[in-house]
Amino acid sequence: MSPHNRNQWIDWGLKLYILLSFAFIFAPIAASFVFSLNVDRFPSMPLGGFSTIWYEAVYADPLVWEGLRNTLVTGVVVSLTATAIGFGAAYTDFRYRFFGKPVYLALALLPPTIPVVILGLAMLAFLANIRLSGEIYSVIIAHVVMCAPFAMAIIRLRLSQMDPSLEAAAWNLGASEWMAMRHVIVPFCRPAIFAALFITMAVSFDEFAVAWFVSGLHETLPVKVLGFLQGQVSPRINVIGTFVFLVSMTLVVLAQLLLMKRSAAPKAAGKVE
Amino acid sequence: MRKSITLYGMTFSLPMAIWQVMFFLAPLVFLIALSFWSVKNFRMEPDFNPDNWTRVLGRAVFWQAYLRTVILSAVAAMVASVLAFPCSYGIAFKLSPTARRWAIFMMVIPFFTSYLVRVYSWQIFLSDNGIINAALARVGLGPFPMLNSDFGVMVGYLTLCFPLVVLLQLFSLIFVDRTLIEAAHNLQCGRLRTVFEVVMPSAKVGLVIAALFCFILTFGDFVSPLYLGGGDPPTLSILITDTTKSGQQWPRAAVIALTMIATLLCVAFAAVSYAYRERGR
Repeated sequence: MSPHNRNQWIDWGLKLYILLSFAFIFAPIAASFVFSLNVDRFPSMPLGGFSTIWYEAVYADPLVWEGLRNTLVTGVVVSLTATAIGFGAAYTDFRYRFFGKPVYLALALLPPTIPVVILGLAMLAFLANIRLSGEIYSVIIAHVVMCAPFAMAIIRLRLSQMDPSLEAAAWNLGASEWMAMRHVIVPFCRPAIFAALFITMAVSFDEFAVAWFVSGLHETLPVKVLGFLQGQVSPRINVIGTFVFLVSMTLVVLAQLLLMKRSAAPKAAGKVE
Repeated sequence: MRKSITLYGMTFSLPMAIWQVMFFLAPLVFLIALSFWSVKNFRMEPDFNPDNWTRVLGRAVFWQAYLRTVILSAVAAMVASVLAFPCSYGIAFKLSPTARRWAIFMMVIPFFTSYLVRVYSWQIFLSDNGIINAALARVGLGPFPMLNSDFGVMVGYLTLCFPLVVLLQLFSLIFVDRTLIEAAHNLQCGRLRTVFEVVMPSAKVGLVIAALFCFILTFGDFVSPLYLGGGDPPTLSILITDTTKSGQQWPRAAVIALTMIATLLCVAFAAVSYAYRERGR
């Protein structure tokens, strides 16, 4: 916009509004961190003393450890499976044109738009009917459905930065399709593949609704939190929330760094030796 | 592009197709079948019985919940759109490129924090002796009951949707042709009028899609209405969780779920066709 049209007051007003928006978004996250270190059971102002008793309580709780183990197993298996499947689908969309492709893409990308209650109920009823519900692998099956679209989208974006003739050039130089995949496509996609691994793990790490429906007795950590939420007030939720936040943020920042490296040197990574 | 079907191509394309047909499409189709099953002696039996449909759709409780859910989600979509617009507008037009990138990064962070924990945290803020009422008491106001009310539900819904709405609005605002805005200014169009008659029509698709996503997300959320709204009267999603978890009435829960899907499809279709309709001038 041309400078004479700028009004300082409106600019500062809007910037203040942006700050307020961030305050609204981050207030609950910050509060959960602060109250996880507060000695009182019932959160109130002014704060009680600083204390780590709630961290100790969580540390000593075998149920939390069990939930954490389920969450970690689920997260790792889901991220590997969803990323592999998502990579295949992204490559398919990148390279092939075929009859029914819109249907294929819809199947691949639609799951995140279905409300989780409905997805949870459908999964529970279906998996129970074929005797696959109430186990850890039930959660894994459901989470792969929900996470694969994210992996596909991330890797597809990366592929769209690649010159399609690179692959054709490898074929012309005598590489088989498999060799071209190994030496051209996969190296080019590597940062996006790692980003997809971290993002899908973070999504699985936080998902509670579908897991709540299908997990039965094998509850993941977020499902345990849902249980705590139904019970009495307990700062343990804040402790677990702070922990989950730190882990998820580490994963997201790692993914972000990988994707940033991509945009910093997009050409160099695509070179074929 | 080679057209023949090869082992190589299948290796990459089939896993997604197989997985999503088996574990995404099949469960949704099964939901339709399930809604016609009957429950006898607390056991579900395959059947073709329209009883579940007539029972659920014939009950006043269901329609109250339906109306309540639709209204809550529609209000949430409107409130979120209106509150998010100045924020996304500011980020798109008033920030430097570096600051804008940081703002976008910060907007992505909430997606990876636990929604449950944030809702619990809002309970700390909103309860009768919570942070906000404690602050208000110091200046001699309140206490205002905010928890277990529709206001609480809205706070929860905004927690869920606000960042997404900002991001979706932002991505369409960034692509608004700046020369159009300059032209409007040169033609002595006022600031607000420029926003309403130039910026918003250009970004219409993104604005409508953002509101639509807010509607979809809140329509299926059971956490905010339950833990910030008190759960009474229930929303459709609370009805589903209650019906599912309290025994073998899954066929009735399936009826509710299918009604929700039908509603969402209608809303999505209406919103998308409105978004892409040519302006009739």
